[in-house]
Amino acid sequence: MAAHAHDNVVDTSPLWKHVRKEWKLYSFLIIPVIYFIIFKYAPMIGNIIAFRKYRGGPNILGSDWVGFRYFEMFMKDPTFWRAFFNDLTLSVSYLVVKFPLTLIFALLLNEIRWMKWKKFVQTVSYLPHFISMVIVAGMVKEMVSLSGPINAFLAWLGHEPTSFISLPEWFSSIYVTSGIWQSLGWGTILYLAAMTAINTELYEAARIDGASRFRLALHVTIPGILPTVMVLLILDIGSILGSNFEKILLLYNPLTYETADVISTYVYRMGITGGNFSYATAVGLFEGIIGLILVTIANEISKRTTKSSLW
Amino acid sequence: MKRTLSFNGFNLVNGFIMILVVLFTLYPFIYLVAQSFSSEAAIYAGKVSFFPVEFTTQTYEVILSKPDFFRYYGNTILYSVLGTFIAVSATAVISYPLSKAKLRLNKFFIPFVLFTMYFGGGLIPNYILVAKTLGMRDTIWAIVIPGAISAFNVILMKTFFANLPNELEEAGRVDGLGVFGIFTKITIPLSKPILATITLFVIVGMWNNWFGPSLFLQSKEKWPIALYLKQIIDNAVSPAEIGAASEQTGQIAASVKSTAMVLTSLPIICLYPFVQRYFVQGMMIGAVKG
Repeated sequence: MAAHAHDNVVDTSPLWKHVRKEWKLYSFLIIPVIYFIIFKYAPMIGNIIAFRKYRGGPNILGSDWVGFRYFEMFMKDPTFWRAFFNDLTLSVSYLVVKFPLTLIFALLLNEIRWMKWKKFVQTVSYLPHFISMVIVAGMVKEMVSLSGPINAFLAWLGHEPTSFISLPEWFSSIYVTSGIWQSLGWGTILYLAAMTAINTELYEAARIDGASRFRLALHVTIPGILPTVMVLLILDIGSILGSNFEKILLLYNPLTYETADVISTYVYRMGITGGNFSYATAVGLFEGIIGLILVTIANEISKRTTKSSLW
Repeated sequence: MKRTLSFNGFNLVNGFIMILVVLFTLYPFIYLVAQSFSSEAAIYAGKVSFFPVEFTTQTYEVILSKPDFFRYYGNTILYSVLGTFIAVSATAVISYPLSKAKLRLNKFFIPFVLFTMYFGGGLIPNYILVAKTLGMRDTIWAIVIPGAISAFNVILMKTFFANLPNELEEAGRVDGLGVFGIFTKITIPLSKPILATITLFVIVGMWNNWFGPSLFLQSKEKWPIALYLKQIIDNAVSPAEIGAASEQTGQIAASVKSTAMVLTSLPIICLYPFVQRYFVQGMMIGAVKG
């Protein structure tokens, strides 16, 4: 910011004068702001159909107010609660596995001294992040299919073939493992970036004190990247009710709804497939608000304990 | 002496773990490619693991001889190119004023943009807006416009613009350029790295986009390849149409599914190693701010 010192001169003129002076720059904002109003804020307002009896059609206001009726309805709906707990279970299982693995993988990558090999491992491990969800789901189905390699391996060990994709008890394992496959490498980028920003003098000083490589990682690297760790954790906690909608939609089937149906897929089936727009919107709004509350709480906690936060 | 030993021991273990990660990551790709070049009988018998068994290129010949496949591919290219053009230009236009500290109303506009990162309208209101209120259902606009600007990309570009040396814009002003001239003749040419990064983020997103098109596109002739691929994977296309039923199951052959997956991800996989650094760069700029 120092380079823009003259930008920081406090402008004390009245606001209308300021806008008139800078109108050319402000005019850049007109179309994008209209875009934000229509495509980001209007749908937020569109959530009022959760409180109205909307029957379809372009006008969301041509219907009667029903208050919290739809909220009361889903609160009494066991399918909603099943989706709610599945959402929690899937996200928490994924987070609990992903978080430590990503951190460990980043620390191990950081220890590689042969740069070409490091580059190669990074390039390979980032790749799945760019593969379309349709293909990821297709791959998963091929991997676990009856004639696929996992069953072939199990057969070699003497097990009967298992149709993993249609068994509810296997869904969370499939979800978590494929999630790790997709994000293990990409998830390390921000940690590695934070590691390069650590002052090398800290390492020198610790090395002079005779610290081993393990101690360096424990006492210099980890504290150095702690703010990044916290911010990523906040983001993850905020999305704890937002399991990967697209992936679940592509992987689940009626046989596995019992463990695989989450809030967003439930909203999709009720609203888009079933046409119960108001009901589905009420469920979706509930999910969105819980998410916002969770991010806010996690952010506050982080701000107080580690002084790093999103806003 | 002891220390050097433990050093090498650690490097050995670390190297071994890295090899496992590389294999874990690459194996599904290897398996798909092996399957796509194998005979259906060998796949059904579970004989394929790392290498093609009873090597054949027949599946590729069948799929590539169908005009369908190219039409869906063409749609994907069209959506990606147009969508990326709209997204990148709109992101640049909004980010430029937001990067200027002297604009007092940015106090309001920046939170206005950032809030959309943490709260969205949700699936149903978005669907009703795009499909019903705006009447974009079954048009290309439903695919390329609703997601054009993302708050995350705005943060990236705004941060980049804000860090450009101010002297260059000053020089432009001295040469008599107006606000618009400075933006197009000075700022944009200096911002190639961030433009490349965001172009790539958006193009990959558009190429892989499945849910948007599945929600809004009813006419099959408008489908992108991702939608067609999903139908193939789900056996929702008649085996006769794709021209390769499995003799064993009567459904679409597993080799057809793998071949279709390989062909769809090929452009991304081929392009990726060369542009990887732009993605990493983008994430890092985002991290400084995020």
